[in-house]
Amino acid sequence: MTLHRSHVLVCSGSNCALHSSSFVKDRLTLEISQAGLGDEIRVLETGCFGLCAQGPIMVVYPEGIHYCKVGLEDIGEIVQEHLLKGRIVNRLLFKGTSDKNWMTKDDFDFYRKQERVVLRNAGVIDPENIEESLVRGGYAAFGKALSEMTPSQVIQEITDSGLQGRGGAGFPTGRKWQFTQEAAGDKKYVVCNADEGEPGTSKDRLILEGDPHTIIEGMLIAGYAIGATQGFVYIRGEYLLSIERLQKAINQAREFGLLGKGILGSDFEFDLEIRSGAGAYVCGEETALLNSIEGKRGEPRFKPPYPAVRGLWQKPTLINNVETLANIGPIIQNGSDWFRQIGTPECPGTKVFTLSGNICNSGLIEVPMGMTLREIIYDIGGGIPDGHQFKMAQTGGTSGGCISADLLDVPMDIPSLAKAGTALGSGALLVVDDRHCVVDLAKTFLRFFAHESCGQCTPCREGTTVLLRLMNKLASGKGDAQDITNLQRLSTTMQQASLCGLGQTAPLPILSALTFFADEFHAHLEGQGCPAGVCG
Amino acid sequence: MNTVKEIVAEHGHESSRLLEMLRCLQSPTNYLSEEAIVGVAKELNVPISHVYGVASFYSMYSTKPRGKYIIRFCESAPCHIEGAAEVLEAVQDQLQIAVNETTTDGKFSLELTSCLGVCGVAPAMMVNSTVYGNLTPEKAKKILAATE
Repeated sequence: MTLHRSHVLVCSGSNCALHSSSFVKDRLTLEISQAGLGDEIRVLETGCFGLCAQGPIMVVYPEGIHYCKVGLEDIGEIVQEHLLKGRIVNRLLFKGTSDKNWMTKDDFDFYRKQERVVLRNAGVIDPENIEESLVRGGYAAFGKALSEMTPSQVIQEITDSGLQGRGGAGFPTGRKWQFTQEAAGDKKYVVCNADEGEPGTSKDRLILEGDPHTIIEGMLIAGYAIGATQGFVYIRGEYLLSIERLQKAINQAREFGLLGKGILGSDFEFDLEIRSGAGAYVCGEETALLNSIEGKRGEPRFKPPYPAVRGLWQKPTLINNVETLANIGPIIQNGSDWFRQIGTPECPGTKVFTLSGNICNSGLIEVPMGMTLREIIYDIGGGIPDGHQFKMAQTGGTSGGCISADLLDVPMDIPSLAKAGTALGSGALLVVDDRHCVVDLAKTFLRFFAHESCGQCTPCREGTTVLLRLMNKLASGKGDAQDITNLQRLSTTMQQASLCGLGQTAPLPILSALTFFADEFHAHLEGQGCPAGVCG
Repeated sequence: MNTVKEIVAEHGHESSRLLEMLRCLQSPTNYLSEEAIVGVAKELNVPISHVYGVASFYSMYSTKPRGKYIIRFCESAPCHIEGAAEVLEAVQDQLQIAVNETTTDGKFSLELTSCLGVCGVAPAMMVNSTVYGNLTPEKAKKILAATE
């Protein structure tokens, strides 16, 4: 094995890739070789570091120096100055909220308050090399489960950890596993829901791109626990890089005897297949997803029976979100007591958030459950750019609630946000400053739902269209008080009568906005026009 | 170009792989012809209505002819906040088409998509399989002008 005196990690996550990080990597490799350093310095592509707004990001080890917004024109200087002469290129360092340059991870407020369990390997390993995953303890938890624990002990450990589903609904993971284990069936399935379509959410994409083996490991443990031999990963058709990386990881796991028959010399058998979506938000709903895997229209099914009893091809099926599965390995490896030390007693563990909108450090973060919204926006997110004021945050994506500055100190965990009238949901966090209008945003949310409603049940099909019509009327300044009453009544009907989560949650952003920004809605009625000057 | 028969055979005549078969069938022309839909139904021995139902359900499939390049434009809230509406207007202006239309020369079709999951670089759009971020009206126009 060749030893290198220095490693340069270049982010190849989707956000950085859009900043042409692959060209940056190619140029860097070329110039390193031209400088005669090819044998001393190794260039690697890794997953997301999190600071997506500052991409492309590059980290030079062993010093751990972070360079931001690295362009092709900067490569020569990095090679000549840093890699040859050991002098840091100051102008490419990240300028934080203070005037001080941030050099290594320890300097970044952005990283200091984070706790990385799910993202432990993202930005650390080469995701296309299984050996790098193995060195970081990949598949050790699966080995432990298979050789030292019974399936019931595995489920007990997950139950004791208090892990709740990270896809949005927050159902206790251990109980889901137990139901599927107890269900009678000659064949059972494990499904990973990677149909991430919630606007503002890209965590599953970046987890899959940064550390695909952790998902395979989580599914292996799940398969062993519930008695399944086949798993499916359902990934959005638009997520081409996630599909490519995961397929490579599956192939490598097969070569290493971690998938297939007689895994690790045992009689345990399990294999995985990727199925990709074709553009339908509703397929993130678990029963719609099952229909899609079966090659049908992605329309939701009636529940009960739940998938744990009758899922894929009517067989007991366990469906977990990508982030949920990424927590399984660490819980099995370190124990449920360790997991419960993180987060809050009611909601243990960490949560991955994607920060978007009017926030300085938009990107991907992971923090303990229960951190306040204020800490996330100001301490990690760096606050609101260009001297503007915070106006609103939408938690949980477009199907989540809109909250005002009064709630900046709400703890970001499942029960606290539910109590506050919103939802943690998928972990999307959209920050909106005072230049924007709530009514205009509500229109955007409703256009999305009217477009994505699958049309199967009437409350959702008709409800999303009528809500959009009412909101358009309000935005144009032609609405009256009755329209607001109708918005509220129709919203309540949809919440109660829609078949699936899409129609049940679509009204949440509207109802919460009506609660927290009632004055702004009323201003649009009274002929004063849009206070933010957006609608017209 | 693979025939319907070959594509269905490649997928083991498994009707659960219908989405994948339709993706393969669609890739050369960006749309699914009536013959393709009828052909798949016949090969799989399922009703034509089933195949058509699937083809018309998912937004990535089209049963109407589309352009050589499909622009999937994100107008979700995170992109909206960052000015997607102005960029979309510029795209429509440049191509002289509305959403869900195709240019007369058959080069571009414009569609809306749900979130592309690259909100760190919003606003964003996909042109066939390439994603573009940090769009401004000028940048989007340049990208389209350079697409050959």
